[in-house]
Amino acid sequence: MKKVAVVGCGNTKFTKDKLPIESLLLESTKNVFDTTRNLSQDIVDGVIVSTNDNSKYLGAILSELSGIKPKISHTVEHLCSSGTSAVISGFSYIASGLADIILIAGADKIGNPGQVLEWDKSRGEFNHPIYWASMFTKAHKRKFNTTEEELAIVSAKNHKQAIDNPNAYSHKPYTVSEIMNSKNVTDDLRILDCSYPCSGSSSIILASEDLAKKFTDLPIWISGIGQKTNSASFMKNQLTSFSSSVIAANDAYNMAKTTSKEIDVAEIHDAFSVCELMAVEDLNLAERNTGATYTRNLFNTEDRKINPRGGLIGAGHPLGATGISQVVEITQQLQNNAEKRQISDAKKGLVHNMSAAATSSSVLILES
Amino acid sequence: MTKFEEELKMGNFVTSECKHCDKIVWPPSDYCDNCFRDVNWRKVSQDGKIIEWSKKGNEVFCIAEFEKTIQIMGKIDGDVSALKYGQMIKLTKCLLDDKHKFFFSLTNK
Repeated sequence: MKKVAVVGCGNTKFTKDKLPIESLLLESTKNVFDTTRNLSQDIVDGVIVSTNDNSKYLGAILSELSGIKPKISHTVEHLCSSGTSAVISGFSYIASGLADIILIAGADKIGNPGQVLEWDKSRGEFNHPIYWASMFTKAHKRKFNTTEEELAIVSAKNHKQAIDNPNAYSHKPYTVSEIMNSKNVTDDLRILDCSYPCSGSSSIILASEDLAKKFTDLPIWISGIGQKTNSASFMKNQLTSFSSSVIAANDAYNMAKTTSKEIDVAEIHDAFSVCELMAVEDLNLAERNTGATYTRNLFNTEDRKINPRGGLIGAGHPLGATGISQVVEITQQLQNNAEKRQISDAKKGLVHNMSAAATSSSVLILES
Repeated sequence: MTKFEEELKMGNFVTSECKHCDKIVWPPSDYCDNCFRDVNWRKVSQDGKIIEWSKKGNEVFCIAEFEKTIQIMGKIDGDVSALKYGQMIKLTKCLLDDKHKFFFSLTNK
């Protein structure tokens, strides 16, 4: 299997603007071309689009708008983890030798249809994500005595970190008390504990080992990949652990021949505050039953190790872009190029992206 | 419309099951997810248990489990003052309009 590196990155700002999906994809793609040396259209073997938008044939459309005539072009849809699924598809083309250079572009626009999984009839009329998030939160409170304050700290931390992310949807700091007193979406969920669907796009260029240094002096290698799908319906889930994330993380650590102790920085799928508390334990970044203490400590010490770009809560959640935006952040961190968000001496990073109440998860390990 | 939805539209809460594997096939499907043989359809017991619940405004919603296998989300109608974790409930109504809807009430257990 050939080694594969991230060698170029591009983002748009995440906004409430109702922009066409093609425009969003093209803008982050343009940013990749503007900032990656020696990258020209004629050497791109593949264009993979990640989105939940209902538009058709976006791989070919983005190729044409970008002046690329690739061998491979198609769209990947896997709800909220479409982005990492597309990255893994691109990785596989290069690792197998079918391609050397792949553009991965993800985007969604505000109001996209990926929020509700129509197929899952067992959710009844309660098919919006706020309902499964309420169930996770209530169960977490019951099992671990988790408090409203501990939940609010996740959101306060991530909103604060998003201030230094120029592409974040939100640049507003919130105090823990403001979050605790924000509008009740349900009895167990505050509006500021929720990530916000928005418009945005992120893109990366993946390259084979033979060509990676042509584009950057600091290629960031994808050294570990884990994916797991347990089900599509929420009603088979446990409520206090993301078992798909546990399995995906173990596979990713094993593939990268590393452990959670060596992870310097992580982008975690904080669709709701409770998700970050659960995920830091499921990814073994914090010990069992210590997720809330771990997160409080990060917040109190202004340690940006988890979700330095602000996570989904602070940066926004344009579904198809999210996983790619997470990869962009970790790449910039490992390249010592994350400006005010920079974690010192980061060598290994992790991306955690999941779909539909963690019925499936992807975990990537990246290293310099 | 699937068989499950046809029945739901008539107010019946049904599940698929596989006689060969002696198992409930849930979520409802045309074939057994173990052996791929045709499923049978039957009504689900109306007695369930609350797995988890929360509240939106005055509306109490929950995950309810039936026959130790089938979990659905629905609304708890009636008196909820005695609501507690693990409590037994009864399916009182189900229907299909623009969405799939399930209604429960608390029992004394």
